[in-house]
Amino acid sequence: MILESLGCATRQIRTPDQLAAVDALVVPGGESTTMSMLLERSQLLDPLRERAEQGLPIFGTCAGMILMASEICDGRDDQHSLGVLDMTVARNGYGRQIDSFETDIEIVGLDTPFHAVFIRSPVVTRLGPEIESLAEVDGFPVLCRKGPVTVAAFHPELSGDDRLHRRWLSQSGICYSRASGPKE
Amino acid sequence: MGQNNKRETGTTLVKRGLAEMLKGGVIMDVVNPDHAKIAEDAGAVAVMALERVPSDIRKDGGVSRMSDPEMIHGIQAAVSIPVMAKARIGHFAEAQMLEAIGVDYIDESEVLTPADEAHHIDKWAFTIPFVCGATNLGEALRRISEGAAMIRSKGEAGTGNVVEAVRHLRSIVGDIGKITQADSAELFDWAKQLQAPLPLIQEIADTGQLPVPMFCAGGIATPADASLVMQLGAQAVFVGSGIFKSSSPAKMASAIVEAATHYQDPAILVKVSAGLGDAMAGLEISGLDMKLAERGW
Repeated sequence: MILESLGCATRQIRTPDQLAAVDALVVPGGESTTMSMLLERSQLLDPLRERAEQGLPIFGTCAGMILMASEICDGRDDQHSLGVLDMTVARNGYGRQIDSFETDIEIVGLDTPFHAVFIRSPVVTRLGPEIESLAEVDGFPVLCRKGPVTVAAFHPELSGDDRLHRRWLSQSGICYSRASGPKE
Repeated sequence: MGQNNKRETGTTLVKRGLAEMLKGGVIMDVVNPDHAKIAEDAGAVAVMALERVPSDIRKDGGVSRMSDPEMIHGIQAAVSIPVMAKARIGHFAEAQMLEAIGVDYIDESEVLTPADEAHHIDKWAFTIPFVCGATNLGEALRRISEGAAMIRSKGEAGTGNVVEAVRHLRSIVGDIGKITQADSAELFDWAKQLQAPLPLIQEIADTGQLPVPMFCAGGIATPADASLVMQLGAQAVFVGSGIFKSSSPAKMASAIVEAATHYQDPAILVKVSAGLGDAMAGLEISGLDMKLAERGW
């Protein structure tokens, strides 16, 4: 757990009460269709939209990026996205698992390349004008940010490099000293 | 920015990474596109394509093989979640075909009739990741040393009886706990006792966990079963006959999905378990003619 190694207290969110108690949220990878259904059945969709509108810091990776988007291509008709960021993503844009890959990417503001793992990753096909693209693969954005919300098409949690997590915490105004770790 | 560095596919990280993304979810056995659709609608994180569900394999007997490629293609077309498929133990030609079909994970499975009595598939030779069954830690580590990127308990498939899966999980988790307490000299003996590679034993001593995700399979038939095995340390569950041999598959499927998410919350388990109809008919292990878990070594 990268955030724990940075001194953050973390907990998993499965209910609206648990969501109400956190200062920042990581929406990890997984199956976006399953996550969408469970968010709905657990009555988390509206509270999550509300908190996002109020400026909750969010770091979404892979499926987390899909959930933050305003539009999903190749999703299920009943699939929800939260519309936190004005962007369109195509699910499994690189293909199936056999096409999943790892590679080094250049990221704006980082001195050295970041090792990125793409697993059945989404592809960003349209990015709203207010959203900053911080890295690209094949000319498509793979790391995007607007204010306290950062989304990645890859899995920074898998490659053991905490630079993106640290940057997201700093940009969200959360200090991550071991002594006084904020809640995730 | 924008220039592209070398891309590597089929690496250990990429293979194990997909298993990481399935944690907390339910993978459902399906035999046709209609079943796959029901599974996806219920919130499955992946489906497992096979020729017959284990309880039918048990009933019908005969040799059980990889699914018809046409059926797998049909399932791939029907759903957008990952599609896994089973190959017989040691049958690397079936595995090569599954890779050519482009399934997302291959299950080298004791549920099918083994093709080789001495050798499992060399799974390092493939770009597609493999999951393998295990009844104990030694077996799990031998499969990992052959390249498996995910381990599942074998349980006793097609019985609707969770007792064997519980035994396998407790055995694996229990031995991991003991290894973390062992001193460095004792690790050599653990490697000998478990007939497993020493470096993997040393890795467990350092990290306190298997090097790959550990899921549970074999006999899960109710939301309560899913909660039980997840509380025992399984990171996700495979459900085979338990869904499509129950009286209302769609309801059972979505109840087990919720149970896997809220496995620590009995109140939610009560809610999702109410009025589900009949679970699949279960079998007593002592009355079985054929124990699938004894296949593989």
